[in-house]
Amino acid sequence: MAERILKNISTRGLKNAVKGNEYRKEALISYGILIIGYIVLQLGASVGLIGKHLQGQFVPICVYVALAISLNLVVGISGELSLGHAGFMAVGAFTGIIVMRVLEPHLGIMPIRLIIALIFAAIMAAIAGFIIGVPILSLRGDYLAIVTLAFGEIVRNFMNVLYFALDENDHLKFAFNHTIDGITNDQRILTGAIGATGVTKAATFTGAMLLTAFTLFVVLNLKNSKQGRAIMAIRDNRIAGESIGLDVRKYKLMAFVVSAALAGMAGCMFGQNYSTLAPVKFNFNTSILILVFVVLGGIGNIWGGMIAAALLTILPEAFRQFADYRMLTYAIVLILVMIGTYNPTFKARINSVIDKIKPKKKKDSGKKNKKSKSGKEVA
Amino acid sequence: MKNTFKKFAIIALSCMMVFALAACGGGGGSSESSGAGELHIGGIGPLTGPAALYGQAVKNGAEIAVKEINEANPDGVQIVFDMQDDEHDPEKSVNAYNTLVDDGMQVLVGTVTSAPCTAVSAEAYANRTFALTPSASATSVVEGNDNVFQLCFQDPQQGQIAAEYIAKNFPDAVVGAIYNNSDNYSSGIFDAFKKALGEKGMSVAAEEAFASDDNADFSAQLNKMKNANVDLLFLPIYYTPASNIMKQAHDMGYAPKYFGCDGLDGILALEGFDTALAEGALLLTPFSADAEDEATQAFVSAYQEAYGEKPIQFAADAYDCIYTVYNCFNETGLGTDASMEEICEAMIEKFNGGFTATGLTASGDMKWAPTGEVEKAPKIYLIQDGKYVEQ
Repeated sequence: MAERILKNISTRGLKNAVKGNEYRKEALISYGILIIGYIVLQLGASVGLIGKHLQGQFVPICVYVALAISLNLVVGISGELSLGHAGFMAVGAFTGIIVMRVLEPHLGIMPIRLIIALIFAAIMAAIAGFIIGVPILSLRGDYLAIVTLAFGEIVRNFMNVLYFALDENDHLKFAFNHTIDGITNDQRILTGAIGATGVTKAATFTGAMLLTAFTLFVVLNLKNSKQGRAIMAIRDNRIAGESIGLDVRKYKLMAFVVSAALAGMAGCMFGQNYSTLAPVKFNFNTSILILVFVVLGGIGNIWGGMIAAALLTILPEAFRQFADYRMLTYAIVLILVMIGTYNPTFKARINSVIDKIKPKKKKDSGKKNKKSKSGKEVA
Repeated sequence: MKNTFKKFAIIALSCMMVFALAACGGGGGSSESSGAGELHIGGIGPLTGPAALYGQAVKNGAEIAVKEINEANPDGVQIVFDMQDDEHDPEKSVNAYNTLVDDGMQVLVGTVTSAPCTAVSAEAYANRTFALTPSASATSVVEGNDNVFQLCFQDPQQGQIAAEYIAKNFPDAVVGAIYNNSDNYSSGIFDAFKKALGEKGMSVAAEEAFASDDNADFSAQLNKMKNANVDLLFLPIYYTPASNIMKQAHDMGYAPKYFGCDGLDGILALEGFDTALAEGALLLTPFSADAEDEATQAFVSAYQEAYGEKPIQFAADAYDCIYTVYNCFNETGLGTDASMEEICEAMIEKFNGGFTATGLTASGDMKWAPTGEVEKAPKIYLIQDGKYVEQ
């Protein structure tokens, strides 16, 4: 037993030595996708190549990408299955809407107001993550998944009976399980299960993209830090981690709370992109959708999740031409991709195709390495 | 690394294949040129998902009107109607709206359901698209939007009409209500109903709410109604949960009189539902497929011929919407080459300037208030022998 643990630790040390290089590669690809995506989309929109239809999805795409990155922190890096991510998104979204409305008479500058709302959203979601995380992170595997699922549903049902309004003196009024008396429609902020209506949209593509970049920055840096290595060590072998003195609960909680806070911020941005938002949006399906992004992109593979999130957001819209068969087509494509990415026989066939193009690839990777080296020297 | 590249390649490949397929599918719509040109009307509604029946009905009803108009006057303005799916989700609905704008929509008939319509209204307001919704009845749909009008009654209007009818015809009834508090439509009607009933000197003896997704079991709500001796149960909800309520009430030996609003319309067409359970129920709906008048009969037979089923109220609403938009557009005197914005301003002016329309869903004329709500006479039906009988 002891031998096995030692072996484990020593290979981990070896792996960590290689990590530096691997981290650089991952960061390069992830940030590269973001920057190229931003430039291509922004250019396409300004030239007129990209229609209103796709432009309208810019913000949701960024939000889903950010959500996939943040969930990857829990599912991929910390190795816990969480099915309640939409719950944190909901906390952030509604916190954001309330903060924006409260600040509206006092602070005219939209971007600053949005940043304050994002910070509040992150704090509230982090608190929610902490409250749920402390008791449940001693659970493992399926049990954790079940409790997080329940958490998501609790948040949604809690939002269903929550009423907020801003009265004529700009005082925030709050009620639980009944409507607030003596206020007009304009003064309502949250109306129970109907949610928020008449939200002034504050989300922009650039803002959403910056938020995604921030999320990526936090997750990648956490992954590459001492804490991040501890989190992954615990994921790979809990007993080994404990034996070298790692505080399992602390590190698991760290990943969980950071992930929750980031999801809250993404939720806040999402809420600011539509004039109306109801709690029903943050149901179990949304949690699963985010998990699907992560799983399809490869658990723990951050940029894979980013691409999956962007594609799976665009695909059902791109299928509009199929009219009646749209959702059927989407489902078939989803199944095909799932089979394609996880079926060894199918993979082997694709491998043989890729092998034919391989010599080219080698050159490319050589160039990339050179670039990153020179980049480092400049830095 | 190598592994993940392969994954990515597979995803990319399959996507390319799909996009190629999509491109093949999209090339079909060639346009016939005619003298007066084409007016592009867009529609948005749930064609899939839990509210699909409404979206489908709107699509079918609108297509019948479009066919009639185009065939009646081949040399006049031809209508091109494009209906997009929104799955009853505001996010998807905005996507659908943007698709339609990209495809050159000039007037919007939609959105079918309230929450998505609220989201789309804000977009349509910013882009200046004229919108006439067949069935989104929430007040938030038209609030603050001068470009959005409703063909159906607003929720509070329905609640008020229902309360007035009950106070007049059942003054001694013990009234109870089960409503969906996660739904704009349902809670909007209920709030107005409760208020209006109070003004008539009656009260709601028992009220119970449920949230949209967990609407399979109503035994708790029904037991409360039964214990409060409720003999008139107001159901301002859609027909799917209402069918569950009727079935479960029947199973527990409880038989109150039901009173529903237009969301209940469609319950007789629901698969697997015993229509005997709805016997004696009253509902407030602007349209009945069993009405005797000529226009309704012509519409019903055309609908049955095309789709093999009886039209529900939403189909009639959509039918009227298309005719209203068409007539109003002709009155503006604009050509079909007018932009979305020009048509929007001209039609707002007409609607605010006393434009009247007739149709299947109104016994007299329909007029619109500048706020966007419709003014027309209400109709109340009784379900008898599996048919609607006008009261």
